[in-house]
Amino acid sequence: MTTLPSTLLLDWKRIFKWGPICAAALLFVSLVGMPIKLDPKSIISPLLSLGYVSLFWLPLIFGYIASSRVVLEGVETSKPGLSDLLTGVLTGAIGGAGLTLLMLGIENFDIRDPLINWSPQLLEVLAFGARDLNSAVWIGIGGALGLVGAALNVIPESLRRVVSYGSFTVLAVAIFEPALDDMSEGFRLEWLIELIFQKRGGLKLWPAIILASLIGLISVISKGKVKKAVAQYREQEGSQKKQTSYVLFGIVAVLGIVLPIFMGTYVNSLLANVGIFLLLALGLNIVVGLAGILDLGYVAFFAVGAYTTAVFTSELSPFFAPGMTWALSLVFVVILAALTGLIIGAPVIRMRGDYLAIVTLGFGEIIRLLFLSDFLKPYFGGAQGILGIPGIDLGFVYISGTDTRGIFYLVLFFCALAVYVSWRLQASRLGRSWMAIREDEQVAEAMGINTVNSKLMAFVVGAVLASFAGAIMAARVGSVFPNSFMILISIVILVVVIVGGMGSIPGVFVGAFVLIGILGGPKQPGLLQEFGSLKLLVYGMLLVYMMLQRPEGLVPSARRTQELHQEEFLQDSWLKGTDAEDEEQPVEGEEAQI
Amino acid sequence: MSHLLEIKDLQVTFGGLDALSGLNFHVDEGEIVSVIGPNGAGKTTFFNTITGLVEPTGGDILFQGDSVLGLEPNEITSLGIARTFQNVRLFPNMTILENVMVAQHCRTSQNVFGALFQTKAFKKEEEEIRQRGEEILSFFGSRLVGYRLDQAAFMLSYANRRRLEIARAMATQPRLMLLDEPVAGMNPSETAELTELIGRLRSEWGFTIVIIEHDMAVVKNVSDRVVVLDHGVPIASGSFEEVSTDPDVIEAYLGRPVESHS
Repeated sequence: MTTLPSTLLLDWKRIFKWGPICAAALLFVSLVGMPIKLDPKSIISPLLSLGYVSLFWLPLIFGYIASSRVVLEGVETSKPGLSDLLTGVLTGAIGGAGLTLLMLGIENFDIRDPLINWSPQLLEVLAFGARDLNSAVWIGIGGALGLVGAALNVIPESLRRVVSYGSFTVLAVAIFEPALDDMSEGFRLEWLIELIFQKRGGLKLWPAIILASLIGLISVISKGKVKKAVAQYREQEGSQKKQTSYVLFGIVAVLGIVLPIFMGTYVNSLLANVGIFLLLALGLNIVVGLAGILDLGYVAFFAVGAYTTAVFTSELSPFFAPGMTWALSLVFVVILAALTGLIIGAPVIRMRGDYLAIVTLGFGEIIRLLFLSDFLKPYFGGAQGILGIPGIDLGFVYISGTDTRGIFYLVLFFCALAVYVSWRLQASRLGRSWMAIREDEQVAEAMGINTVNSKLMAFVVGAVLASFAGAIMAARVGSVFPNSFMILISIVILVVVIVGGMGSIPGVFVGAFVLIGILGGPKQPGLLQEFGSLKLLVYGMLLVYMMLQRPEGLVPSARRTQELHQEEFLQDSWLKGTDAEDEEQPVEGEEAQI
Repeated sequence: MSHLLEIKDLQVTFGGLDALSGLNFHVDEGEIVSVIGPNGAGKTTFFNTITGLVEPTGGDILFQGDSVLGLEPNEITSLGIARTFQNVRLFPNMTILENVMVAQHCRTSQNVFGALFQTKAFKKEEEEIRQRGEEILSFFGSRLVGYRLDQAAFMLSYANRRRLEIARAMATQPRLMLLDEPVAGMNPSETAELTELIGRLRSEWGFTIVIIEHDMAVVKNVSDRVVVLDHGVPIASGSFEEVSTDPDVIEAYLGRPVESHS
């Protein structure tokens, strides 16, 4: 076989496919205003800010994509080499050229009217603060980044690990800076923080390099060990798996109890936010993940929980103010939430799929509008809401709304409760009936399951868990307003569940930490406060990406992975020959006669 | 003596189409009755009506002497009628054991509180459900037990899916079992094996069985009595030999001889 000089064999089709896409992505990111808004957050001070990261990563990724090869089994692929690097460079350069054009455009035309970010400010960021920078420099930057991306394909695997793990760590440490800063006081590690971070924020250059190389080194040493451990854990059976699970759970529990003592107000309140959404997500996970009821009005139960607490505990409740303690009012919260679950659930449950989603969406808004309405104003205060909700008096301890650590412990307790409930119900008669209904409702009914009751139970359990979150939130904030219960909350909770992994409890944890902790909730700031108005955009992008690339979520449940990758599992079992002894051919084209 | 299942003058109409009209039918305790007929004769509709998936427009269905009309499918199942589906409808992403466990829903009673507080009664019932599930699965020999218990149902081969469907129906602890084409798509040796199993379902488990089947060898081997449906009307009934020589039946299957047309 003769090989052509591979250096000249450029895959122009790929270059002209990915290059313009890269340019479009860069233009989009710039015009949305990411570079401007994220510029204040510095990663490596003063060299690199998150604003520039939002631009730089694109040519890099596209260079990587354009130059990566499709490896087919049994077909020999030529070694990656110079032509791949060149592909990356060209792709990146085309992308960078997009920004060059943008800079020229901003200099010469003014279309700020529809495009708010078509501004001198953007130009300044793109020109790195220099006044008379030649805009063509972006072609070079793009090319260089594309080269780096392509190089990731060419360099050996271990080196790639070092680079990617190293840079991700630096990014993560920089993002977690406020949290680390806050925690350092408790651990008496201020000196370390001072050593690696600049005063105004951002890592210092040398610590960043040392950190990156350290993590890179560790990643090479521990290569594959984590995966192996996870696989080992998954393959464990029966009592052994149980034991490992208990140990893992124990470690998490101890960390959860001990760590807050060392954490400051900032981290505790951040975690309390995460916890409230986690609690909601765990509840929704039962409804959506286990029973398969797509409830888009979940915020309704959150609202009922909060308002019930407000009415029963606040002295300022307009109509009925018994002024109970929080703990006592919780009894009524549970009862009323369960009732609301039944009332909303009863008509909704007879519907299926999309219709159900739409109707629940409606109910979610109806509850909010009821609290807002003039009609119920004498009871719930209308738009003014109910103020003066006292702190949480548990009898042996009093937690005021501003005591972030106390609130966090409380949230932690309820999250643990929610995990316990999901875990126990999953392996019970009711949990199995939920699964069956999710799989095939008609057959479930024909197999003797009372689907209406089972689905109502899912609604009620979900409602009660959400109402706990509402009760905590009311006491924490000290007031409730109808507008704290926008439809957006339902959607954000659903996104948490989907991104984390539907039906998977660890998945929901990860989802809540990533989305609420880092990006922030609908109104709660996360670690990346700079995201602010861009939050929903990032949510959306994340959701689209997840649906395309990893529909089972970040930490999927085994069942869900199986469900979404049936073909692969069938192929695996066929390759292993587990069904071979039967020697049966599947028959296709069986037609229903119903 | 009253019949286990008695159907009086059953009428099912879809739009203007009479899927079943004037159907009278009965099964006695311990019988195996086959329902045959050409495609579109209304056999599956017949099953769907008995199990409450389709509402009849007229007539009555009596099970153990009581009418089951207007009952929800799950209520009918808990009275003691179980079925399989012609186009296998398992819970594909549940494990094999779970498929059989979930079918015992209507024979068990533990609720949320039992599960949350892990009461003794709950644990005992769970254990019973599991054991009964395994016992039922072992009825099919080694095919559905062992490592397979924790495998998802979709990973099963076609014939095993059919077996699991029967197992799932058994798990509801019925008195009457309705099997909708249980051997469709199986090869001859599997068919023979399943035919024998159907016999054992009656002799060992005491089920009364109504079976829809196109495979005449199976019908001949298992049934005490055969009922032939055509266009929603029973056209013949009796032993296999009687029915197979009945001119009406031959006509329904093969069409009318040319000379007797006008």
